[in-house]
Amino acid sequence: MSGNERHTLEIRGLEAAVEGKQILFGVDLTVSSGEVHAVMGPNGAGKSTLSAVLLGRPGYHVLAGSVTLDGEDLLALPTWKRAAAGVHLIMQYPTEVPGVKLDDVLAEALVSRGRSANGLENLLRAEAARIGLDTELLHRALNVDLSGGEKKRNETLQLAVLEPKFAILDELDSGLDIDALRDCARRVEAASNAGLGVLAITHYSRLFEELRPDTVHILVRGRVVASGSPELADELERDGYAKYLGSEPEAPAAGKRTGLDDLFAR
Amino acid sequence: MNPELASAIPGPSWLIERRTAAAVRATASAMPQVDEEIWRYSRIDELNLDRYAYSPAASSISGAGECLSEPLETDPVAPAPDVFAEWNTALSEPIVLRTVRGQVLEVPVVVEHSVSEGQITFPRLVIHAAADSEITVVERFRSDASGAALVAPVVEIHAGPAARVKYVAINELGTDVWLIGHQLAWADRDSTVSLSSVALGGDYARVRTEAVANGQGSSTKQTALYFADGTQMHDFRTIQSHIAPRTQSNLLFKGAVKDTARSVYTGLIRIGHEAKGSSAFQTNRNLTLSAGAWAESVPNLDIETNDVRCSHASTVGPIDVEQRFYLESRGVSPEIAERLIVLGFFDEVLEQLPLPALAAQLRARVAAKLDGVPAVLAGSVGG
Repeated sequence: MSGNERHTLEIRGLEAAVEGKQILFGVDLTVSSGEVHAVMGPNGAGKSTLSAVLLGRPGYHVLAGSVTLDGEDLLALPTWKRAAAGVHLIMQYPTEVPGVKLDDVLAEALVSRGRSANGLENLLRAEAARIGLDTELLHRALNVDLSGGEKKRNETLQLAVLEPKFAILDELDSGLDIDALRDCARRVEAASNAGLGVLAITHYSRLFEELRPDTVHILVRGRVVASGSPELADELERDGYAKYLGSEPEAPAAGKRTGLDDLFAR
Repeated sequence: MNPELASAIPGPSWLIERRTAAAVRATASAMPQVDEEIWRYSRIDELNLDRYAYSPAASSISGAGECLSEPLETDPVAPAPDVFAEWNTALSEPIVLRTVRGQVLEVPVVVEHSVSEGQITFPRLVIHAAADSEITVVERFRSDASGAALVAPVVEIHAGPAARVKYVAINELGTDVWLIGHQLAWADRDSTVSLSSVALGGDYARVRTEAVANGQGSSTKQTALYFADGTQMHDFRTIQSHIAPRTQSNLLFKGAVKDTARSVYTGLIRIGHEAKGSSAFQTNRNLTLSAGAWAESVPNLDIETNDVRCSHASTVGPIDVEQRFYLESRGVSPEIAERLIVLGFFDEVLEQLPLPALAAQLRARVAAKLDGVPAVLAGSVGG
């Protein structure tokens, strides 16, 4: 979505905690423009924490590591500047904001990116038609009284309008029906073909029927324990996460990669 | 202020007698004290009446047409809930609006009061809506840009059977002006009465608003938007009183406080034993926008029958962190996110105001206040 420019989002040794409990134990990921990286993992692996930390959600604390966008330290920026710099979050549970209308927010969001809000209405209508969102909802309070599918279509529409460099999809596939999932996934896929880099965090592989990942990463207990080709997602669909979980609850997962740090060593 | 002042105001003899009697009662009354329950949290102990000189209210009326009337001896009289309402009865020259049966006023009546430095004034507005008639009235309180003054208004609304009355009070007073006001409404059988307040101005501004559903099948609605900054204080006492069967009341009060401003909301739902089959809902929400700002919300219920549906909700707190994060994660700065959230918070009330153009002006005033623009520079609403 950024033309032919090539951008890089680089996560290095990221450790993070929520409510005093460490969740991420050193995550390394690099996403470049046009690439789709899937991050899959069982419940409690730290998937949502990863997305929260990237945008600086309140209550999440970075303990170590770095996140850079084209070399710029993203973690040093407040949330809104990270977004304006080009990292967009699609939330698993988009927050209801009573009385605050979608078009008003997007107008402000464009202005803070140095873009004009002229023509926003037309752009919104075009994207709403493309994603299958009722145009009535463009002028309504954000996420208030929306169905699960409408919320995710709305989130995807915002992504399309704001044209970020990277999108973090936090369980885009949860809480919506198969039609909405297809429409949203196709829209992200199209954006990716136009240059958007995607980090798609999910529990299931059904998202990848329309949004084809280039690389699949398996996140277990706060670490990427395996990375591989899209077939890895098929394998997970078939065999589940058991292979990566290990037997002891606190033990580091035994993955394809070896050399994982012992959790108890820190 | 004294009874001689009251008896000197021209009018028919019965009115002069009524005024004088009220003045005698008011003179005999002690000034309220903060240790009285109904003045709890108030700043009434700071009031020094010697700072002000009585002056007739300076008022203008538009859109009233033939509804503009005179007080009649046979009109019902509102009892005075406190000494300020008593002084109002004693010293006011009421503006009376009277509809005839079935009359529908398409355009709102606008009443404006202008308060000047050093004055104490007692505006009184009385609305008699005849059976099946419809009227909307906007009452605005404004003052010179600066200068201490006290305004003690009373609005009395008598809605006849199946009448529809909407009333909006707008406080755009300067930040040195005190307001101690009363809204009193009676809803006869099958009527609907809406009482709204928008409070942006004043130093200490207190409004007691009481809606009495006294005819069966009647319904009342009370709404308010209040936003205090600097050292302002807004103080609301609300009463939803049900004394007839199958009556409904709804109340939505939304406030915000900024800087070191304060606000108090005290609400009472009172359902008498005769008001079977009634429902009453009360919601008060408050945003505290600064660490030094303070808001209090005190809901009360007094219910004498089991056959009712009743609920109340009240919240006081800062802007929701998740709402703020959502907007910031779209790339909106914290300042603009706050502005959008507060304006959105108030929109629920603004959307219910009878005049869309007025709502837009008030929204702009709220926005200016959020940005810290003094009212003088922002210009007053409707200019």
